[in-house]
Amino acid sequence: MTPTKGTALRTLKASDGPVPNAAAKPRRVGHRPIRSLKNGFQRLSLWRGSKGQSPLALLDGHRPMIPELGHFALALAVALAFAQGVIGVFAPGLRDARAMRAAPALALSHFLAIGAAFLALIYAGMVSDFTVENVANFSSSLVPLIYRISGTWGNHDGSMILWCFILSLCGATVASFGGNLPASLRARVLGVLGLVSGGFLLFTLTVSDPFTRLWPPPLDGAGVNPILQDPGLAFHPPVLYTGYVGFSVAFAFAIAALIEGRLDAAWGRWVRPWALLSWCFLTSGIALGSWWSYYTLGWGGYWFWDPVENAALLPWLSGTALLHCAIVVEKREALKAWTVLLAIATFSFSLSGTFLVRSGILNSVHSFAAAPDQGLFILVLLAVTIGGSLLLFAIRAPVLAATGIFAPLSRESALVLNNIFLCSIAAVVFTGTLYPPFADLLFGIQLSVGAPFFNQTVLPLTAPLILAMAIGPLLPWKRAALRPALERIWLAAVVAIVVFLVMTLRSNAVTALGLACGVWVVLSAMSDIAERIKLFRGPIGASLSRLRALPRAAFGAALGHIGFGVMVLGIAGMTLASQKVVVLNPGQSTELGGYTWTLNDIHDAPGPNYTQRVADLTLSEGGKPFLTLHPSRRFFTVQKVITNDAAIHTNGFQDIYAVFADEPAGGGAELRLNRHPLAPEIWFGGLIMAFGGFLSLSDRRLRVGAPARRKASKPVLA
Amino acid sequence: MTNRRRLLFGVPLFVAVASGAGFYTILRRMQSQTYDPHALPSPLIGHRPPAFNLPGVANQAGFSNIDLAAPPRPMLVNWFASWCQPCMEEAPTLVELAKIGIPIWGIAYQDTPAAIATYLGLYGNPFTRIATDSSGLTAINWGVYGVPETYLIDRQGIVRWRWAGALNDAVLAQQLDPLLDQYS
Repeated sequence: MTPTKGTALRTLKASDGPVPNAAAKPRRVGHRPIRSLKNGFQRLSLWRGSKGQSPLALLDGHRPMIPELGHFALALAVALAFAQGVIGVFAPGLRDARAMRAAPALALSHFLAIGAAFLALIYAGMVSDFTVENVANFSSSLVPLIYRISGTWGNHDGSMILWCFILSLCGATVASFGGNLPASLRARVLGVLGLVSGGFLLFTLTVSDPFTRLWPPPLDGAGVNPILQDPGLAFHPPVLYTGYVGFSVAFAFAIAALIEGRLDAAWGRWVRPWALLSWCFLTSGIALGSWWSYYTLGWGGYWFWDPVENAALLPWLSGTALLHCAIVVEKREALKAWTVLLAIATFSFSLSGTFLVRSGILNSVHSFAAAPDQGLFILVLLAVTIGGSLLLFAIRAPVLAATGIFAPLSRESALVLNNIFLCSIAAVVFTGTLYPPFADLLFGIQLSVGAPFFNQTVLPLTAPLILAMAIGPLLPWKRAALRPALERIWLAAVVAIVVFLVMTLRSNAVTALGLACGVWVVLSAMSDIAERIKLFRGPIGASLSRLRALPRAAFGAALGHIGFGVMVLGIAGMTLASQKVVVLNPGQSTELGGYTWTLNDIHDAPGPNYTQRVADLTLSEGGKPFLTLHPSRRFFTVQKVITNDAAIHTNGFQDIYAVFADEPAGGGAELRLNRHPLAPEIWFGGLIMAFGGFLSLSDRRLRVGAPARRKASKPVLA
Repeated sequence: MTNRRRLLFGVPLFVAVASGAGFYTILRRMQSQTYDPHALPSPLIGHRPPAFNLPGVANQAGFSNIDLAAPPRPMLVNWFASWCQPCMEEAPTLVELAKIGIPIWGIAYQDTPAAIATYLGLYGNPFTRIATDSSGLTAINWGVYGVPETYLIDRQGIVRWRWAGALNDAVLAQQLDPLLDQYS
């Protein structure tokens, strides 16, 4: 049911009929993918069951009870999580096989309990139950359904539930698909996950309860923040959280290995898919967030070195290092303690990133409810989780002896080099983010560290990383020679140098270096694949059959590198952007980036929960019009907020980006016009990276169930 | 050797404990309201700008910290860039300020002379003198958070006020005007 005029009474009654929705009026269909995606979502909100009834109508009679049930489920989840934690961690030490078998069952029921709580909260948001304080504060009956759903995790308390839900989902997955793990390892992994989950659930239940009731309920909710009413942001938190929280599994495996004092190739094989899966989600989540800020904030920026962004970048950097290190553990049984440390560090970064930002310690443009009282609880949780695991590491890690040895020039050392660069970048970002509050604390000096610092320090570390990441995959394990590797990518090197020279002459050295680096990575990864299938070295059919025999993991790795190269191309291309702020009256035009931009008209247009003023722009090149853009200014009626909805036209290689910034008192429209060469490549590259990761995951060797299946087929063969 | 190795394994714990202790102190100070992480104070306020000497554009002299040591009247130093949108937005405000006789010295952050010339041609040139910080190092020394940023320097050459972001009429009326009266 979508009560468009929800009143306090109506939310408690079950007798609503279908209500005509404001969004049902025919709207002009947008001209760009973002807009049409949005329309799709708004249509979703019109969906009803076959009898014109909401599928949720069944629940209507019980509506007031649902949040209470959710609250109860949350409390149940706390108990189940702690039971899972204590039994999982201690049963293997007691050699109690029955208790060890209880851990997976507890993990599944713990997941069901949080799932019920999460669904209850979503339901309260969907039916606009304003007796729930969280819904009253962050939702409104006038908001389209999809944003009433996404609104439940668009605030601090609700996002805690989402966070715990994903954590329990990870535990349930390990419980369901971890049948091939040694029973003691599985119990310990689930135990660690249970303890972490229990801690954060307790926090949610006691100081950050999303089911708190409000009486008397308001007539309507305060509404969803207009800037969050966007499909990009509806999906950004769940995807990003899955990335953050997914690393909890690698973390739990690391702690379990430290407790057991044993870490072998099999451990690497179990951890790698988890690290890879989380990495894929984290990559997509960061890319989504960056894309969102690019098209909603209205000035074409995509990365601001804001503490919240750095908090997402840190686990990405250490997670990338972990991903590469786990290969060394799996194939060569070396770098064990370092890999364990990376697994602990990655999850610690995820935890501290998510929660320190909320405590309000870090100064950020991202606004979360800053509550120092909750901050203290969180700090204690972090201290126990991170401090405890690092203490365990300090005591137990010396036990983990490396067995594999390798020459200074080999695949292993290339991966070590990769780790050194990634961790140096992480160290720089970590220091830059934390230096301002600590400098104030320790020395009483106040300073700010912003984009200038990060750009200047991260760039020089990224260039050698890129140089090395093209060569690394070509080196064999144990011992390698540089010459054969270089012979395979001389073409990429030549093209990169040509690009560098040409672009240095046409623009500037930094942009040229960026473009050359991008080309270098993309081409060398492609030539690696071409070399492996012996392309052009024999009949094309033989190459094709080699291509099909090539493991998906090899493609995944190559795509991961190609995606990174494409992203570097996009970032370098953005430095060549041209922009302009102009005030135009209808009929007037201006020149930018080789195009003539003409303002035809400014008019009103309706929206579901906003009204808007739309500017019609025509772009022409050489006198021929080829594109119309409709940037708009939206007035959200409930919050009395204005947002600028940018109009972006992309052809895959450049973005034409127009923002209707203001209507000056003197008449006309203030427009911000931009031409962004290669901008789409930034997110396209991120997408390719994540796709490469998923492709690699689908490789049979990495699939979680694969070894078990082999075991099962043995008796048949015998 | 083994003992030193063992110590090495304790380093991550040490870093985490140190950070945790720091965060705890900060949180307590936030609760007692002696620390506000959201204030964006400039380290320069009450001090002279750090030493620098930057070139100008189009054969005109740039300037150095010595030129800012004792201006005849309070002046503004504005960090800008031709590629920065908020700079374009605040450009009319700066032109107005220059018209009423307030000296504004500009430092172009990571920019090229050609782009600066085009930018000033389009949005007007309010600057008495212009320097270019093409490397961005002076910006780090000043603690520039982003462009645009505007600093007020009094007649003793001491920084009195900093505004991060585009200047607008409200900022002028509420913050800058009283300060200009106070220091002139």
